[in-house]
Amino acid sequence: MVLFRKRRKGGAALQTLLVLEDGFTLKGESFSGKGEVFGEVVFNTSMTGYQEMVTDPSYRGQILNLTCPMIGNYGVNEYDSESALPQVEGLLVKEYCRQPRSWRARESLGVLLDRHGILGVEGIDTRSLTLHLRRAGTMNGALSTIERDPAVLLRRVSDFPGITDPDLVGEVTSQVAHPWTERSPEIVIPVSRRETAVIGEDLHVVVYDFGVKYSILRSLANLGCRVTVVPCRTSAAEALALKPDGILLSNGPGDPVACSDVLPAIRDILGRVPVFGICLGHQLLGMALGFSTFKLVFGHRGGNHPVRELSTGKVLITSQNHGYCLQLGEESGDTVPTHINMNDGTLEGLENRGLRCFSVQYHPEAAPGPQDSTNLYEIFVDMMQNKA
Amino acid sequence: MPRRSDLQKIMLIGSGPIVIGQACEFDYSGTQACRALKEEGYEVVLINSNPATIMTDPAMADRTYIEPLTVETAARIIEKERPDALLPTLGGQTALNIAVELADSGQLERYGTELIGASADVIKKAENRELFKEAMSRIGLATAKSVHLRSMEEALAFADRHGYPLVIRPSFTLGGAGGGIAYNEEQLVEMVEAGLGSSPIKQVLVEEALTGWKEFELELMRDHNDNVVVICSIENIDPMGIHTGESLTVAPAQTLSDLEYQVMRSASIAAMREIGVETGGCNIQFAVEPESGRLVVVEMNPRVSRSSALASKATGFPIAKIAARLAVGYTLDELTNDITRETPASFEPAIDYCVVKIPRWDFAKFPGADQTLTTRMKSVGEVMSIGRTFKEALQKALRSLEQGYDGLMNVKDREETDSSLFSLEQLKEILPLPRAARIFTIAEALRKGLSADEVSCLTGIDGWFIDQIFHLVEFEDKLRRAGELDEELLWQAKSRGFSDSRIAFLRGTEEKVIRELRHKYSIYPVFRRVDTCAGEFEAYTPYLYSTYERGAEETAVPLNGTEENRGKVIILGGGPNRIGQGLEFDYCCVQAALTLREEGYRVIMVNCNPETVSTDYDISDCLYFEPLTLEDVLNICHEENPDGLILQFGGQTPLKLALPLLEEGIPIWGTSPQDIDRAENRREFALVVDKLDLWEPAYGIATRPQEARKIAEKLGFPILVRPSYVLGGLAMRLVYTLEELDIYLQSGPPISSANPLLIDKYLEGAVELDVDALSDGEKVVIGGVMEHVEQAGVHSGDSCCVLPPYSIGTQQLKEIHRQTEQLARELNIRGLLNIQFAVRGREVYILEANPRASRTVPFTGKATGVPLAGLAARVIAGASLSDLGFTFGMIPNYYSVKEAVFSFSRFDNADIVLGPEMRSTGEVMGIDSNLGLAMAKALLAAGTPLPVKGTIFITVADRDKPQAVEMARSLWRLGYNLLATRGTAAALRDAAVAVEEVKRIGEGSPHMLDYINEGKVDLIINTPAGSGAFSDGKCMRQQAVQRGVSLITTMQGAMAALDGMRALQQSGMDVQCLQEYYSC
Repeated sequence: MVLFRKRRKGGAALQTLLVLEDGFTLKGESFSGKGEVFGEVVFNTSMTGYQEMVTDPSYRGQILNLTCPMIGNYGVNEYDSESALPQVEGLLVKEYCRQPRSWRARESLGVLLDRHGILGVEGIDTRSLTLHLRRAGTMNGALSTIERDPAVLLRRVSDFPGITDPDLVGEVTSQVAHPWTERSPEIVIPVSRRETAVIGEDLHVVVYDFGVKYSILRSLANLGCRVTVVPCRTSAAEALALKPDGILLSNGPGDPVACSDVLPAIRDILGRVPVFGICLGHQLLGMALGFSTFKLVFGHRGGNHPVRELSTGKVLITSQNHGYCLQLGEESGDTVPTHINMNDGTLEGLENRGLRCFSVQYHPEAAPGPQDSTNLYEIFVDMMQNKA
Repeated sequence: MPRRSDLQKIMLIGSGPIVIGQACEFDYSGTQACRALKEEGYEVVLINSNPATIMTDPAMADRTYIEPLTVETAARIIEKERPDALLPTLGGQTALNIAVELADSGQLERYGTELIGASADVIKKAENRELFKEAMSRIGLATAKSVHLRSMEEALAFADRHGYPLVIRPSFTLGGAGGGIAYNEEQLVEMVEAGLGSSPIKQVLVEEALTGWKEFELELMRDHNDNVVVICSIENIDPMGIHTGESLTVAPAQTLSDLEYQVMRSASIAAMREIGVETGGCNIQFAVEPESGRLVVVEMNPRVSRSSALASKATGFPIAKIAARLAVGYTLDELTNDITRETPASFEPAIDYCVVKIPRWDFAKFPGADQTLTTRMKSVGEVMSIGRTFKEALQKALRSLEQGYDGLMNVKDREETDSSLFSLEQLKEILPLPRAARIFTIAEALRKGLSADEVSCLTGIDGWFIDQIFHLVEFEDKLRRAGELDEELLWQAKSRGFSDSRIAFLRGTEEKVIRELRHKYSIYPVFRRVDTCAGEFEAYTPYLYSTYERGAEETAVPLNGTEENRGKVIILGGGPNRIGQGLEFDYCCVQAALTLREEGYRVIMVNCNPETVSTDYDISDCLYFEPLTLEDVLNICHEENPDGLILQFGGQTPLKLALPLLEEGIPIWGTSPQDIDRAENRREFALVVDKLDLWEPAYGIATRPQEARKIAEKLGFPILVRPSYVLGGLAMRLVYTLEELDIYLQSGPPISSANPLLIDKYLEGAVELDVDALSDGEKVVIGGVMEHVEQAGVHSGDSCCVLPPYSIGTQQLKEIHRQTEQLARELNIRGLLNIQFAVRGREVYILEANPRASRTVPFTGKATGVPLAGLAARVIAGASLSDLGFTFGMIPNYYSVKEAVFSFSRFDNADIVLGPEMRSTGEVMGIDSNLGLAMAKALLAAGTPLPVKGTIFITVADRDKPQAVEMARSLWRLGYNLLATRGTAAALRDAAVAVEEVKRIGEGSPHMLDYINEGKVDLIINTPAGSGAFSDGKCMRQQAVQRGVSLITTMQGAMAALDGMRALQQSGMDVQCLQEYYSC
């Protein structure tokens, strides 16, 4: 395998221009080929996990700015991807490492991105960009190695329709239903995990794939569950025909409203089998239960967000990646909030015991991020076994 | 749950004197705790023997006991104060050990004092390796194979089973004292023997060496609601086998994937829960096998540590302050993040920069000491730097060290040879040896064409770090070869962290030329905030670092402040701790900053030492964590445009910048740089002394060896010799004969007209005095006069001193006052002035004058109750002494004794003799209305307890015999048994003093070392006869240090100890707090 590529002969680095829709401009150099892309520019404050982030389908349609300044140090490996290919539209970093050093590295990040035609750009003043996005809010931007005139690029950004409407979920979902059996590599088993890790044998979980991260599937497989992944527009009848013990609504990209057509299916499923929603799946479950959504100014993306678990009062450090949120206070009937974000008080989790469903806005499967909440999968298993 | 209301009074234990392995990071943590607990409304009782600390400033705690840090003293204070709780987790290993003993002996229970922060059981479980290993295996975590043992046989048996190398660690010692790595049986035997001796519980651990594995540390916090957060990950650049305090480190970890990091994080949380640390901070170290990723837990500290100070500075998360609040009942989510103000403290900091720490070693101070880095700490300080990339941070750290490095230079190493002269083959041989300057050797090897892989293989350092160094070396070559240094290339160099002076060197020009070029192109750094959240939230605390980026720091909170104030002033700190310049100067900087803020000035602090209080963002209005070089300071001045810059609190570091800063038009407050130079420059100063018609010892300046001999003969022996620019008396010697002078001239630093040698007539039999004075340009007030116990010739930083003087007549004191006033006026002093005098009979000589805060300012301040540094700061800012109501010095009616503390036990082969070169690392203070008791307290605090009864071994040089006989007679009358070697014994018998004669080492067993090893000696009085490197005396002194037997090496010191022993026999020690001393 190609571990790294030498700098282009002739030495000239490939100048790249970043222009946001409000005219904010930065320059950098591509480390993965040429091109011009448009997307919503967002930042993530995690200090590790670039491979997981770039392959997370939830980033579809987005240009990802990493606040961690040195990226690529440990390369990419065969275990840490969250989908079959890189999903981001573009990647912005301060300093890219061409020569990864790790016992697990199989190739460099640049080679991976290049192979899939994705622009990775280094030399970006990522902190300036982050501070700008924090104050001005998430916005569209363009990244180009071709166009050198910021004014021209700015006009093209203005014409870019954005990611609110298009069917991003449709782009990333599985085309056909298929089983999933792969477990996490040995190294991932956290020490706090119960001795009898395999507690979900004989349980069948159907996962609605809105852009599911492999780690969610692995988390279920680790517990012994039989997992079937189904396309996002599978009807309730089709899903229930698989005789699942529980249904998981996965994470995914974009505005949940763009996905409203799956709400009837979710409503039909509710009450029939236990349902567990994560991230976009949480938003869709909430919408099915009567919540509306709103867009956060600059989203929650990182691995250090404190979330209060209301039942115990304890603080969980969570992995987050979302730009939209359910409106707290719109819960009705038996639906209750279970988790609250401690930085801004937004809703992070809900449950409805009567309907045997619960969901969280954050990522209990971590990847990247802290493993504090992996027990949620166990709770889901308990629920499927009628213990919870 | 909010703060506990059932507690009113809380006692804190400090960490005592600065020694290698336990430095001022515990002043930082203790000071934070004091302030936090007081803010919460608790009454704070503090015990610490170290007068240089900020925590012992009487304004910090309510009841400040500067008393010896022993279990007995602590118990006595508890008996007197009856605190509701004792918080032991912020004073390092010393505090923890005392707390465990207090708990075990039932003292805490007796007085109803609760141990908060960590229970005795938890401490034992974390620190006892067997219990720790059991706990780790319960949660499925691997540890290195090891055995705890109390005998040599067990050690050899373990070695037979597991082979070498093996790590030896004595239990319960500071910074791994007495430990090491044994590669063969001989080394094993030696280390186990030493380890059994130095462990307070006579136990050592022998363990398979994980040498060469990658090493990581995590800093955690937990509250009583079981919320756990990881504050910071730290990666050691040097692999396992080198103490973490000796390693270059980087934060956050750079070579771990998310999965590897998260597994480590989860493991650390599980470990903290299993050990049961209920509230506060803890530190866990891991080793990772580079080829397989196998993870092993190395150790855990259930308290704040050096690494937590580093983690606090690296992230902006104040671990000690939060730990103190958690200990009194708060949970993490009830506390807010100071920096963002809106988000809770229950989160994990995100870093968008890179932090590099480099230790600072002072091996030049310990001739003969082994310079190989091992599991035992030998560094005396450290620097931290912040950059956007590792390359930038590394280069900033190198120049922060103040050891003359402005980048990855070719440096002279131990062999006194330029490493650029080494062949590739030689470099390959040197690289595997972990030594202080290895990073420069690595750079040189890469320059010579060794591949990064080979260097990584030879050093055990992860290839990622070697690649980074390689990129810098490669870029240096580009800089050197480029036809023109154009704007783009200069920009690229600056963004990689290259200093102006390094660029100048590579381009063959002057630093000033590069600076001007930078100004021409408008290449200035931007200042970025350390905000705990990588920009996600608004930061309200201006804690800044420089970097070269094109974008501005967009923020709603301006960097430079907007509020109306009396002016903006920059205080330059003292940089890394080293022998001769340490915590004392940080004390002065902090007091000055706090005072000027109270006065309405906007105070900006600049420093690069992560262990200090001054680099706590709470202390100043704005903190720049930056190197203290001309370039970096000028950049800050360019950014801030201050009304004034204060140099005189940070020791020599800022003083060196005085003239260059003045040349650049920076307004310097306080004594002018020209006057500073008049005091510092020997020839200029002689003119001042002449003009005032004062006396100084006869001296000469030699530029050639022959000249030195001539001057020596003219002055007559003994003489003091030293290079002209010295710090802490580096390379200073007392020379008795022409032969000794020749040896010095051959082995000491080379003499030239650029580096002349100063030769002073040594005043035999003179008493040395230190004066700290304050002047506003008109009036001069003496803050304190200290009398040295040892004769002039022992470096003032190493000598024991007493305030007020005890043997000097009023006439001479008046003369000293008069001369101090004269000098202060002549030198136009505005601020502090320290003068050293020597008094012989009625003659008063001036030895030197330092126009700045001296090492003794904190001691003087505490001995008199006058905040000298704070007053000086106000004077420097323009107040007059009459305005401040400080018109005459305070002479206390009790005695304060300052004693120096050494870290000799760290250096196997260094001799323990006091001389003109400073070698102490720290100091302690003893206070009592009785001079003898004050002396006994100071000696006890310094680890030299005086026996009330028992056996004293006396062996002195011939010149000291008459005095020794009188002293021995007094000791004998006080009931002590005396031992002596032949010569001394004969002298004592002649004087009819009962003595047992002991054989010298060469005279067969049992000889003097056997007596010491068998614990038959309670105190040793030994004055060295000469400079014989392998004399009996040296062996004995080393043995005493290793065995922890009290040792006194000067006759004057012995006489003072005699007073102490007499006083101890008459009345035991009592404890009293500073506040009580001041009020009576």
